[in-house]
Amino acid sequence: MITELGHFALILSFFVATIQMIVPMAGAFLRKPRWMAVAEPAATAQFALVGIAFAALTYAFVTSDFSLQLVYSNSHSAKPMLYKISGVWGNHEGSMLLWCLILALFGAMAAWFGGNLPPSLKARVLSVQAAVGVAFLAFTLFTSNPFLRMAVAPMDGTDLNPLLQDPGLAFHPPFLYLGYVGLSICFSFAVAALIEGRVDAAWARWVRPWTLAAWIFLTIGIALGSWWAYYELGWGGFWFWDPVENASFMPWLFAAALLHSAIVVEKREALKSWTVLLAILAFGFSLIGTFIVRSGVLTSVHAFANDPERGVFILGILVFFTGGALTLFAARANVMEAKGVFGVVSRESALVVNNILLAVSSLVVFVGTIWPLVAEMAFDRKLSVGAPFFDMAFTPFMVVLGLILPVGAMIGWKRGKLDRVVRALVPAFVLAVAVAGLIWAMQTERSLLGPVGVFLGTWLVAGALTDLWSRTGQKREISRLWRLPRAEWGKAVAHAGLGITMLGVAGLTAWDVEDIRVAQPGQPYDVGGFEIELVDVQRVQGPNWFATQGDIIVRKDGAEIARLYPEKRDYPVAKMPTTEAAIDYRIMRDIYLVIGDAQDGGGWVVRTYIKPLANWIWAGCIIMSLGGLLSLTDRRYRVAAGARKSSKLQGVPAE
Amino acid sequence: MSVLARCRVKAPAYMIGALLAVVGTVAMAVEPDEILPDPAQEARARDISAGLRCLVCQNESIDESNASLARDLRILVRERITQGDTNEEVVAFVVDRYGEFVLLKPTTGGWNWMLWATGPVLFLMAIAMAAVYLRRRATAAPVTEEGLSEEERKRLEEILKG
Repeated sequence: MITELGHFALILSFFVATIQMIVPMAGAFLRKPRWMAVAEPAATAQFALVGIAFAALTYAFVTSDFSLQLVYSNSHSAKPMLYKISGVWGNHEGSMLLWCLILALFGAMAAWFGGNLPPSLKARVLSVQAAVGVAFLAFTLFTSNPFLRMAVAPMDGTDLNPLLQDPGLAFHPPFLYLGYVGLSICFSFAVAALIEGRVDAAWARWVRPWTLAAWIFLTIGIALGSWWAYYELGWGGFWFWDPVENASFMPWLFAAALLHSAIVVEKREALKSWTVLLAILAFGFSLIGTFIVRSGVLTSVHAFANDPERGVFILGILVFFTGGALTLFAARANVMEAKGVFGVVSRESALVVNNILLAVSSLVVFVGTIWPLVAEMAFDRKLSVGAPFFDMAFTPFMVVLGLILPVGAMIGWKRGKLDRVVRALVPAFVLAVAVAGLIWAMQTERSLLGPVGVFLGTWLVAGALTDLWSRTGQKREISRLWRLPRAEWGKAVAHAGLGITMLGVAGLTAWDVEDIRVAQPGQPYDVGGFEIELVDVQRVQGPNWFATQGDIIVRKDGAEIARLYPEKRDYPVAKMPTTEAAIDYRIMRDIYLVIGDAQDGGGWVVRTYIKPLANWIWAGCIIMSLGGLLSLTDRRYRVAAGARKSSKLQGVPAE
Repeated sequence: MSVLARCRVKAPAYMIGALLAVVGTVAMAVEPDEILPDPAQEARARDISAGLRCLVCQNESIDESNASLARDLRILVRERITQGDTNEEVVAFVVDRYGEFVLLKPTTGGWNWMLWATGPVLFLMAIAMAAVYLRRRATAAPVTEEGLSEEERKRLEEILKG
């Protein structure tokens, strides 16, 4: 009954979204305020209805209602509650419903917090958002309906994939979707602005918080996924340049570019058409990512051809929205006249370079991702594009980005003085060079990767600190820092976060120590200065799995520093094994242990990895997100959001 | 099907579902019995393996893969090395048998130059366009504020007042 209610609510939300798509847009054209006013309640109603549908599906998962096809294929009664709930979006149909829910949520939030938007712009934004909603609700209802019943309800389900039964991955998809779909509202703003025919500072001010929010969610989502890969896949890799990962990375890079170019529109009324284009592309690449992941087109062209229904539908959505928006852009871009005038040495120029690096690197990822498809279809060549290509083709852009970032972040608007910025940054540069030199001298092999990465990371962190320090003024009043706008703090924190991530990547890639051997119980051995001793191996049992569990002691200079229990699990229902690495997390390094098979001649395979600075990768991501959050709470957005309390306390001006 | 299930699975759930199959015990990437006694040769083998794709996996090198086919390839690579092949010869040997599909780093031959040129060419084009734009912005006459209507000006003041 509840399931049917959810199904009905979902169908109803499709009709509400259709109304929300048509009536306000028509109202904006015909200048009928009553019609335009439909958008707001419709957005709320759409959200409520999709919410009911989602709640109904969650209820079915929680109560293990196996009469539902989806619950049967993705759940099991013995599964822990957390994974019963995460099972809702751990599959195609449910994740599309989550996608629709978030789409409706963002639409509703734009309706609730868009009080100070001009009525016609607001009507158009909500209408475009509803159009995206209609497309995805139709996709869900017609090709991926989560509410299908089975003729005969089975006794129990076939379980969720064990790899997904993990806290990191339970929350990875919702964050990722909040990011992907959050970009839809930027897209809606861009299309609405093109229809309205005006883009100004106010527009940028409305768009930027949404971009920031989407970018924060994407950052967290990607970091969670990468962290999960690190501890779950059994050898401590954190990024594979897998098409699925690239699908989330491209929108992230575009969102980062959009974030920065919107500042130029907001402060200087320049780069308008570029920013609108970026807003379209950012969401366009979210859609491309969805297409890549959902259609299976990259796994195999033939798999796609055999079951093209979903893929073609998403391709249609992608072509309609991206193509339509780009056509509109081509027709209307000329009305967006740039106003700001600035010199070549200026913050504006630095942000242009930032945008070039982010956009080009994202396109490199895109071309690399689809190249196997292009080569097969156009040149009849079956080839692969993997990590070695991306490492070579992508990394240089990030190196350049890291090099110029601290300078660009400090240079003045309009006409900057390069010599002054350079002078302020000399200590940071010297520090970075010194640390990198020390690393170069200390490491045994002569690889450049470590020192270069450490240089960039140190340079970024020290550059961010210098930026803050320069805000204390001539008299070095620390108290001035507390009066800085939060956006300025956000900027410094996010940039430092990027530096910390770079340090982590450099450390982990350059100085990873690996040891693979057959360990005999009671016979300690040395790995990278640590003594590893396999004490015992037991059989253990969990709620829906059983495992081989190793008991391993790690010693440093004779003293025990950690006792770790790596497992090899078997999930009998899902018929799938997983490795559960045991990790001793420390600030400077992780010790990462994996237990393998028993050997015929006695002993077990034990893999030991020493992972220097591994945590820094995700710590940096968290710091970046925090920076974004700080920026999001900046006063000027709260002002823009309609809180018009007069306040005389105007701190230090932003620049 | 069972070989697929031994690959690293980094895909959303519904795709993983399609790859599921019955598996007893899994082998893990490089096993101790594969490792060559000479550390220099082993390091070369690891280096080569990282660039060769496991044929039955999704975007995974034979060095990372748990599939039995990847294990066979790893052993093949090590055999060629102990027989005195150079790195290039080993790779050429594998490509001869399995086609360029095994190369995770595509060649620059044929139309592949387009793939490799994407980054540099786009970057140069973007820089050139930006240079033109920046020059124009630096020399443009400032736009007077006539674009603002009376109503907008009032609204702006209201916002600025906070």
